[in-house]
Amino acid sequence: MSAAPATRPPLSRLTLVELRKMTDTKAGFWLQLSVLALAVLVVVVNALAGHVQDHQFMDYFSGTSQGLSALLPVLGILLVTSEWSQRTAMITFSLVPQRTRVMAAKTLAAVVLALIALAIALLLSVIGTAITDPGVPGTWRLPPGAVGQVALYLTATMLIGVAFGAVLLNSAPAIVIYYLAPIGFGALGAIHVLDHPMLWVDQSRAMEHINDRFLSSTEWAHVGTSLAVWILLPLAIGMERIQHSEIR
Amino acid sequence: MIESSGLTKRYGGRAVVQDVSFRCDPGTVTGFLGPNGAGKTTTMKMVCGLAAPDDGHATVLGTRYQDIANPGHRVGILLDASAQHPGRRGREALTIGAQTIGVDDGRVDELLERVGLDRSAARKRVRQYSLGMRQRLGIAHALLGDPEVLILDEPANGLDPEGMRWMRALLRDFAAKGGTVFLSSHLLYEVDAIADQLLIIRDGKLVAQGTRAELLAAAGTLVRAPDNDALVRALASAGLSASPAGDGGLIVDADPEAVGRAALSGGVALSHLAPSEHAGLEKLFFDLTADEEEEA
Repeated sequence: MSAAPATRPPLSRLTLVELRKMTDTKAGFWLQLSVLALAVLVVVVNALAGHVQDHQFMDYFSGTSQGLSALLPVLGILLVTSEWSQRTAMITFSLVPQRTRVMAAKTLAAVVLALIALAIALLLSVIGTAITDPGVPGTWRLPPGAVGQVALYLTATMLIGVAFGAVLLNSAPAIVIYYLAPIGFGALGAIHVLDHPMLWVDQSRAMEHINDRFLSSTEWAHVGTSLAVWILLPLAIGMERIQHSEIR
Repeated sequence: MIESSGLTKRYGGRAVVQDVSFRCDPGTVTGFLGPNGAGKTTTMKMVCGLAAPDDGHATVLGTRYQDIANPGHRVGILLDASAQHPGRRGREALTIGAQTIGVDDGRVDELLERVGLDRSAARKRVRQYSLGMRQRLGIAHALLGDPEVLILDEPANGLDPEGMRWMRALLRDFAAKGGTVFLSSHLLYEVDAIADQLLIIRDGKLVAQGTRAELLAAAGTLVRAPDNDALVRALASAGLSASPAGDGGLIVDADPEAVGRAALSGGVALSHLAPSEHAGLEKLFFDLTADEEEEA
């Protein structure tokens, strides 16, 4: 019998464990690798196609972050749902019975992954630009605010995944609904009277230009409200569900 | 120590666990017996904070499980050996647990060796594990934090006879050092040999609990006579109820002395008269849980 440490596992350690869980399985490893491959592909396509003037740093950066944002939510979803689909939730929550702490660690892990994705986007953009440097002035221009906007964009899409995973606790439906929901929102927005109101809740429209230009204050308001709908609402419902459900 | 008081769980109005109260003391092994679906797993989940009771409460080491600061160091849990990520290597699955509760990597290797998973097994992905190997991995996981209490759901499932012997020795040793063991099974012989205390559950209710000796006393007397018919008559006239045991004798719902007197007054010579031991326990377990066995 050991002298048991009377302290809870710190959140930083739980976050590292969550990050480890994302890569230490076969499926997790290949998924991370395919996200990376997609980003590389975007750079290659961008380098081969288009005009010389399109080979500036911001073109690469906006392209790779768009590409990454297509798959990051899947990582966010699996970060939560794999515990249920692989039934490891029983182990996780018996070692850490405070379920909100586990979910906090998963959310932090998602933010870390999003920032790693940002670093990858920056690095690949540097490589792409260096190889195809068109030599026009401003090729290497990178407004600091642009990095901030892309960081926010990647983090937000990642967290949307976490929130969808938390509310559904099942990988396949969460992934399907994540990709179908924007179509539904778009269709609603196509109805004339709903066009303007939908700007406040449809995150894909609200964040449409976040990668290529600075947003106006109204546009920021749209981002804020739509992210509340896409992240805070499902996350709150999901947390409530996780907190009170029986772990199977 | 584990204490449960009136634990109750309902699903859609139907009680799957009802008013279950028991206590597991340090230094003892408690066997939790019952057919599949009787409520063993649900009870254990309520003890471990994975399911919220609708009524009653349970404590582990004097507090609610959820209130133990770093429970991996005090309570070892194995609720379902199959519930592991199949794409993760065995050693990695243990490392994740070790990191979570904060024990060093050396402990992982130590436990892999202790449960008999060699280097090549530890490198394999859990998908390739037999159920027996998963049980060993699960036991190693439960022991990671050197706990004082072990809670194991059907740990003998999938173990071969050698594995059963190994686990019995491990659990006996754990209890001998002052640990508390609470394990479940749907098969009597898996726990009969090691349990100091037995809890028998059926339809969500505890139908019997006590030490092996106590249950045996209730399990009656095994008696044999060359003239079985005369014995049946003698017991009947003494007002004792008897039922056939598997091997030709009778199990009588009374202590040996009462059975002996009945035989004496009936003038029947006996060839065997003793507490029913295993045969009686088996019959008791079967009687207590029979309806469900038939449904199954």
